[in-house]
Amino acid sequence: MLRLDCLRSVYSELESCLVITIMGAVAAELHSLGHRPNFFYLQHAMGLASSTGLGLALCLPEQHVIVFDGDGSLLMNLGGLSTMARYRPKKLVHVVFDNESLLSVGGFPTATSTGTDLAGIARAAGIPRVIAVSSVKSFKDTVTEAMNSNELTTIIAKVEAKGPSAYLTDLSLLENRFQFRRHIQSLKR
Amino acid sequence: MPVSLSNSKLIYEALKECDIRLVSALPETWLVHLIRSAEDDPEMILVRLAKEEEGVGISAGAHFAGVKSAMLMQNHGFLASINGIVSFAHLYKIPLLMLISYRGSFGERDPWQTQGGNVTEPLLRALGIPYFFLDALETVKKRIRQAQTLAESSLQPVGLLLMRDLMWEE
Repeated sequence: MLRLDCLRSVYSELESCLVITIMGAVAAELHSLGHRPNFFYLQHAMGLASSTGLGLALCLPEQHVIVFDGDGSLLMNLGGLSTMARYRPKKLVHVVFDNESLLSVGGFPTATSTGTDLAGIARAAGIPRVIAVSSVKSFKDTVTEAMNSNELTTIIAKVEAKGPSAYLTDLSLLENRFQFRRHIQSLKR
Repeated sequence: MPVSLSNSKLIYEALKECDIRLVSALPETWLVHLIRSAEDDPEMILVRLAKEEEGVGISAGAHFAGVKSAMLMQNHGFLASINGIVSFAHLYKIPLLMLISYRGSFGERDPWQTQGGNVTEPLLRALGIPYFFLDALETVKKRIRQAQTLAESSLQPVGLLLMRDLMWEE
């Protein structure tokens, strides 16, 4: 399963969500499908995409928020899973693309390649719904269900360690950040 | 435990007057009354963290949502947050109001706090983070308001160091 195909399968449904991605391949691939003002790409600070989604979801409980995380980033902030589980905002969907690799720095294997089970960790942390998927069809169905479930869901999607040829986009970090905030403020009016 | 209840209440009131609606915190002795105030306040979103760096992401999310927030942490929690501060708050110009208890400074009896006390201000300066002291009840409200104002206007992290003279009664 390719991450890009997963992202493509849910792209149209992201229109109504606030979307946070981690850096590297996830950001570049989502951007390649077409940037929207409701997408924020956290191009550093590994581990904090999920915390950012949690902050957004706690402040805007009626708004669907979806985080596209990765195994390398999540492993840097496993405690954040316990914080998400503690507050479990109903409209937060936490997707983890697990390619068992730190792909953008040369493909070094992460601990999920030697048996660390992120779905098991998420369950044990107390995330109320945790689902592991391995096909694009089940990915799309699971994301759609999660958005309608009214319960915090973590989805672990095992994907191949393949990414885009380039990671830089033509969207500056600050342009993205200000556009994203302005978009959210416009939703309130 | 001689943590000042009245001065903690004053700090909390000042945060409320700044329209702070979300507080992230990781408990430490000097912060107990502040955290309890947040816990007892139905208008406040209190996020108890596993590690302080998460608070940078939480506050960024709150900022995107248009909600003013504050972070309560010990200086060692500030040390644990530095990558988040640099590669999120500085990189993306996110306002952070950081209330940092200044352990390990003059009067500290716990040996394990002392090394962090030595490096707190040098690190704040190295990171270019504007900071000031909360050390006397007469200036608490004004300095919190000023710190919050600067964080919002400059879109950057600002530190307030909670000092022993204000937080501890003995």
